[in-house]
Amino acid sequence: MSDTQGLRLEGVHICLGDRVLVALDAHVGRGETLTVMGPSGSGKSTLLAYLGGFLDPAFTASGRVIVDGVDLTALEAEKRHAGILFQDPLLFPHLSVADNIAIAIPEDVHGRRQRRALAEEALEDAGLAEFGDRDPDTLSGGQKARVALQRVLASRPRLLLLDEPFSKLDANLREQTRQLVFDRARRAGLPVVLVTHDEDDARAAGGQVHKVDPA
Amino acid sequence: MTGGVRLARLAPPLTLAILLGPLAFGLAGTALPALGYLPELGGVSFTTAHFSALAEVPGIVRSAGLSILIGLVTTLVSLGAVAAFVASDLGTAGFARMRRMISPLLSVPHAAAAFGLAFLIAPSGMLMRLVSPWLTGYDRPPDLLIVNDPMALSMMAGLIVKEIPFLFLVTLAALPQTRHVETMRLGRSLGYGRIASFTFLLWPPLYRQVRLAVFAVVAYASSVIDVALILGPHLPPTLPVRLIDWMNDPDLETRFLASAGAVAQLGVTLAALIGWIGLERIGAALVRRARNCGHRMQRDRWLRAGARMVMIGSAVVVFGGIAVLALWSVSGLWQFPDALPANFSLRSWMQALPRMSGPLATTLAVAGLSTLIALVLTILCLEREYETGRGRGHGALILIYLPLIVPQISFMFGLQVLSIWLGVDASFPALVLAHLVFVLPYVFLSLSDPWRAHDRRHDLIAAGLGMSRTRTLIRIRMPMLTRAILTAAAVGFSVSVGQYLPTVLIGAGRLTTVTTEAVALAAGGNRRVIGVYAFMQTLLPFLAFAIATGLPGLVFRNRRGLRV
Repeated sequence: MSDTQGLRLEGVHICLGDRVLVALDAHVGRGETLTVMGPSGSGKSTLLAYLGGFLDPAFTASGRVIVDGVDLTALEAEKRHAGILFQDPLLFPHLSVADNIAIAIPEDVHGRRQRRALAEEALEDAGLAEFGDRDPDTLSGGQKARVALQRVLASRPRLLLLDEPFSKLDANLREQTRQLVFDRARRAGLPVVLVTHDEDDARAAGGQVHKVDPA
Repeated sequence: MTGGVRLARLAPPLTLAILLGPLAFGLAGTALPALGYLPELGGVSFTTAHFSALAEVPGIVRSAGLSILIGLVTTLVSLGAVAAFVASDLGTAGFARMRRMISPLLSVPHAAAAFGLAFLIAPSGMLMRLVSPWLTGYDRPPDLLIVNDPMALSMMAGLIVKEIPFLFLVTLAALPQTRHVETMRLGRSLGYGRIASFTFLLWPPLYRQVRLAVFAVVAYASSVIDVALILGPHLPPTLPVRLIDWMNDPDLETRFLASAGAVAQLGVTLAALIGWIGLERIGAALVRRARNCGHRMQRDRWLRAGARMVMIGSAVVVFGGIAVLALWSVSGLWQFPDALPANFSLRSWMQALPRMSGPLATTLAVAGLSTLIALVLTILCLEREYETGRGRGHGALILIYLPLIVPQISFMFGLQVLSIWLGVDASFPALVLAHLVFVLPYVFLSLSDPWRAHDRRHDLIAAGLGMSRTRTLIRIRMPMLTRAILTAAAVGFSVSVGQYLPTVLIGAGRLTTVTTEAVALAAGGNRRVIGVYAFMQTLLPFLAFAIATGLPGLVFRNRRGLRV
């Protein structure tokens, strides 16, 4: 794999006033995972906000974020194609399950029917073939998590950002969902940045681990 | 939980009676004369003749149509500006600045804002003076119909600058109930621009929460009187203005016509609301279409800039207008096209103050008393809700909004008839009650969110310490919520100060307030006197809010946990 493939973090420094919260250089290949560990309040979520393009103006950041040779650093959030999974699935409550996925499909897929068909395909892939017209609120926790995963994949992101996405699931569901997420990310060849305080997450991810000091 | 606050049991039925009683009796008191029944004026049999007479009035269809149009356009523009601005700047530093700038606008009475706008845009107004004669060449005011234009554009502008702060603050209050930060991030990470993220993902659940307030704006703009008297068209005026003219007609027979018109106003406002629901449908369909295509709308910069301009513009117009009002009130000789008066004088104030003292005292007394009653009832209702866990449903919310959605004029006419019949017209208690119908909903809406959000564990700890509910309420909850209670009081106070129609009708010309006096000056056009009254009208609510903001800081200066 050539050096421009995947995610490069070059001299990334995120500071709050004089305090350096995150200092990081890394290369995350396609399908690989960088796990950032630290206690809550240590600034690890700030790193994700920085990568996604949502850094609060209270923070200052320097360094470069490059994915597959494209420099994201100066781009607005909507132009980065950085897919995010939050702690909660955050399905849009006013849209059907299928529309939750359809809305993520890039603009260049034209026609309502074709977009809908892609969404149905994604649902089938997640074992939720019959759920397209359902109200997302009627889904179980595990089903919601799978829809959220399919939604972010449908947007064809350049990289995947995981903000403790398994922490609110109960133990056996967590194991399954974790496997599914890493499996799909690998299949899609996405560089993944995972933020967590759970050692098991880091072990399952199986990549480099970066520890952030407590504040 | 045993006991509870005993008085709180009575509060919900009493509140409902105050909100709905005048509404029901008032509508009946309007409908009966409209159908010909008003024994005092010799109407003892039912007839539809007055409606036929109404239909024959020249220009009546245009008046009614104009009212509907004003309701729809005002709401569409102000809601559009607010939504576009929230979409484009939510979470930025500019958003917090805008919030601080827009919030005080809510307290400015409609009439004062309308006068301010008139003083800015009239042919001899401030804007024309600033560009004359060097740009326009005018050395006397041009003969243009800007204020009171037949298309009601200036009237709509006057309403829009006042509805923007209202809808903005209502939207801000609803935001915490959505996951707005994550939703916007999610939308943008999927490639949607800010406006698209907001419109497709956040707006649908948010709009559901603010919908009743939007309905209130539609209803208000389609039935408003004071703003129409100041800025509205003359030939023909909007429907509510014609109704007031008929009501004040020395020929008492015209009352039947006025009552039929007030019933028609109900239909006009209903038509505006139905029109709005139609616009909602069209809007939803357009949004759905764009969403189904996955349009990212990343280039929304011009739209965002436009929304910001409208928001800032509304603040500049209201603040600028008030500044010009103040300037006129202390001006001596001020000839066109001078941008500033040649000299200053306190003569207008000296002459107006003695005459103003009576209306001023009435204003303060009515506002103070109606606010106090509204506060007590609201707190007891919320306490009852806490004790029983009931009453926060959508149904209850509709009942609270009802007096704000039914056109004032349609039931205030009937209430006036009723008050004359009971012999309580122009009495102080009747006037307080009439104001309470409008003060109570706003106080309740303002206080209920912070009250419900208050951490219940404080109440549980107090109960554990052996305190009764009454004692907990007075010693724990109310002190901790001082800020919210005072803000609700300031809201109620400014609503009362701004009331025009209930004061005119129930006060019957004998009990007048600063607002009724100010609006009555509109026809005369003496800018110095209008400046005095309209500035005073602005000052009262402003002082109320200043006290509500400043007092808690003073009382709790040694309590860091109660600071904002």
